[in-house]
Amino acid sequence: MTVRKNQAALTAEEKRAFTNALLELKRTGRYDHFVTTHNGFIMGDTDTGDRVGHRSPSFLPWHRRFLLEFEAALQAVDKSVSLPYWDWTADRTPRASLWAADFLGGTGRARDGQVLDGPFAYAAGKWQVNVRVDGRAYLRRALGEGVAQLPTKAEVDAVLAMPVYDAAPWNSSSNGFRNNLEGWRGANLHNRVHVWVGGQMATGVSPNDPVFWLHHAFIDKLWAEWQARHPQSPYLPAAGTPNVVDLNDTMRPWNNVTPADMLDHRKFYTFDAEPAAASQR
Amino acid sequence: MNKITRRQALGTTAGALTVLGLAGATAYAAGTDSRAGISADGAASTGNTGNVDEVYQGRRIQITPATGGAHHGGHHSAGLPAVRIDGRELHVMQNADGTWISVVNHYETFSDPLSLARAAVRELQGAALVPMGGM
Repeated sequence: MTVRKNQAALTAEEKRAFTNALLELKRTGRYDHFVTTHNGFIMGDTDTGDRVGHRSPSFLPWHRRFLLEFEAALQAVDKSVSLPYWDWTADRTPRASLWAADFLGGTGRARDGQVLDGPFAYAAGKWQVNVRVDGRAYLRRALGEGVAQLPTKAEVDAVLAMPVYDAAPWNSSSNGFRNNLEGWRGANLHNRVHVWVGGQMATGVSPNDPVFWLHHAFIDKLWAEWQARHPQSPYLPAAGTPNVVDLNDTMRPWNNVTPADMLDHRKFYTFDAEPAAASQR
Repeated sequence: MNKITRRQALGTTAGALTVLGLAGATAYAAGTDSRAGISADGAASTGNTGNVDEVYQGRRIQITPATGGAHHGGHHSAGLPAVRIDGRELHVMQNADGTWISVVNHYETFSDPLSLARAAVRELQGAALVPMGGM
């Protein structure tokens, strides 16, 4: 069974295995398919039209499935690898070990935002940005420049306390847990982290930065923690909602998986620290 | 004006515009209406009709308001304005609360398309947009 670990606790060998698997997916072209898929949904999901991957209730189960597919691709390269998560409430500065040269590399230089160290630096020759919205082929970051502070533990706890999963009109203007976690409303959690990292992470082609997966693995863990806190609160909406993925509707692009299939992460993986009370759920 | 002189002029202006661009960003953050009709380099934009054609930090921003129908040759969705930077279309989207995002600044909202386009120019740092949805 796959165990997803806090990135801060990874050994040197685990970091090396993870980054090597990423570089291999990149080399074979498999990686860029994930970037293309994500950008397709980013551009297609709208508040007033069909919406699946973002700004909708299925934001969480869609990304859970997306990460599962990506993790399976990594494990096809190296079966010892699992997706780590980045708890940005704890590791909240550019000095965190996440950004060291033996893992993801650091922030970009001032002149052009280019990341210069680590396995994904352009000059290292193994990480060309191919699926892009502009002409630049190098990984960019501007840690802490687009917004000064990452969300705090207190801000996360306030969102985890929200008892209702999602609410009409089931989009970026909704109240409820999902939209406050996604960040279109309230303190702004998920969206703000994308902006804090900057570079490609702030764009529709955000999976070009490997930190995308670690960020979303933590968002996914927060969903599990919310479920543990609110065991009686269901995924919403239940049925019959135009343009929105109801509990038992299938999700594009897979068309064979529903939010209901994604509710219990323990069918697929566990976390190094399982959410409290999850075992009684 | 010969070509070299023009390029030199633009190069000189771009340096000065960096400072002005930051001032514009500050004004936006303070909630000031950024569609002031005057671009960072002093060129007038026709804010009254919603049409924008300005040079900002050395880049040409053109915004054509939504007509509700199909635009000539554009790939953007009907009902949305066409936003172009140096002639290349920027994919934009309007949120339910009326704010705007683009594919370049996807997780940060802006009050209007011009603020969004200017933010995209700052983010691009001189890079050209690629055709929408393309590689």
